[in-house]
Amino acid sequence: MLKKVIFQSLALSFIFTFSAQSAESGGMPQLNPEFWISQIFWLILTFGLLFIILSKFILPKISNNLETRKSQILENIETADKQREETEKKVKEFDKIINDTKVEAKNFFNSERQKVLDNINDKRLSLEKDIEKEILKAEEEINQLKTTSQEKVTKIAIETSSDLVKQLIGEDINKSSLSAIVEDLSKKEMEKHNGI
Amino acid sequence: MAANPMYQFNVYRIGPEIKINNIDISFTNASLFMVISSLAILIIFNLGTKRSIIPNKIQLLSELSYSFISKMISDTAGSKAKPYFSFIFSLFMFVLFCNMFGMIPYSFTVTSHIIVTFVLAAFIFIGVTIIGFIKHGLGYLKLFVPSGVPMVLLPLIVVIEVISYLSRPISLSVRLFANMMAGHTMMKVFGGFVVSLGIVGGWLPLGFSVALTGLEILVAFLQAYVFAILTCIYLNDALNLHH
Repeated sequence: MLKKVIFQSLALSFIFTFSAQSAESGGMPQLNPEFWISQIFWLILTFGLLFIILSKFILPKISNNLETRKSQILENIETADKQREETEKKVKEFDKIINDTKVEAKNFFNSERQKVLDNINDKRLSLEKDIEKEILKAEEEINQLKTTSQEKVTKIAIETSSDLVKQLIGEDINKSSLSAIVEDLSKKEMEKHNGI
Repeated sequence: MAANPMYQFNVYRIGPEIKINNIDISFTNASLFMVISSLAILIIFNLGTKRSIIPNKIQLLSELSYSFISKMISDTAGSKAKPYFSFIFSLFMFVLFCNMFGMIPYSFTVTSHIIVTFVLAAFIFIGVTIIGFIKHGLGYLKLFVPSGVPMVLLPLIVVIEVISYLSRPISLSVRLFANMMAGHTMMKVFGGFVVSLGIVGGWLPLGFSVALTGLEILVAFLQAYVFAILTCIYLNDALNLHH
């Protein structure tokens, strides 16, 4: 602090001695007091006007601009936060909906599959029954056919054999005896055919 | 005459002589550059007041300088100095623009005149002192009595403090004036060397001159900043009595 003071007083004395010399050597124009008053006057005028215009008109506008920008940015950030929260909520809801629908779809699929399976089972059962019936019918028919065909075969055999005998011998033979022989033979053949 | 490095600081009348009550207040080249600087500040900052959320370049410039000075004040003088913002802003801009306009060749540097800087500094000094006395009354005199000083040393310290306080306007004005004057004189001297040494030896001082121009632009900004920040510090002393 003291150093500064000494330095300043030295500088001042330097300036003033300089000013004393300036009269003859031209020296520093700064120390020529001719225009000092004019400079002070114009300084006060220009700086005063500058200060008044800046403080009254320009600086409030700039600070206003800065503040509105700040508040707008804050507002925007707030709304952005809100919207982000909302979207997060919506995303959660959406996820929930998707999960629910997934579960529903699974359940629906399962129940439908069960239904279809049941249906298929029912149909198969009824079909099996029908088939069994048909088989039974067919077997009966076959049995019937078997018995009837045997009779028919024996009949045909008796007739053909009687015809053959008639042509060979030229007279009728007692049909009952023929039939007895044919039956006996056919029984033997049938037994052989059936593998007894 | 033009080779004289001090010639650039000459003040001369532009236009007619204006006299009020026998006091000469003629329009001079110094007045011209004060007007030019003020107009430039007003134009630039008025262009920067456009209301738009995304600023253009000039708006960005004005807003950045606004926040720069606002931050400087709140850092050095605290929140109590808010009402003095526009004064310090105008002061900083005025000094900065005067310094910068002085860097244009053949222009005139307003702040290289002791009377200009001294009036500014004296105004600041008186203003700060008045603010101090209004805020703290006679308690403002405690500024000269630092706490924690031994009683033996107190008279000496008080004397030193008073002298340092009273020398504030001188130090403030001489700092700016001397920096400006010295820089411009030096540039002029080196420029004179370039001319006198001619094509053979003039290159070295030319290089110096170019380097000095860069340095002087830095000094122009720095001195405006120092001027403003010292004002803030003085304001801080007046507003928040720490001692």
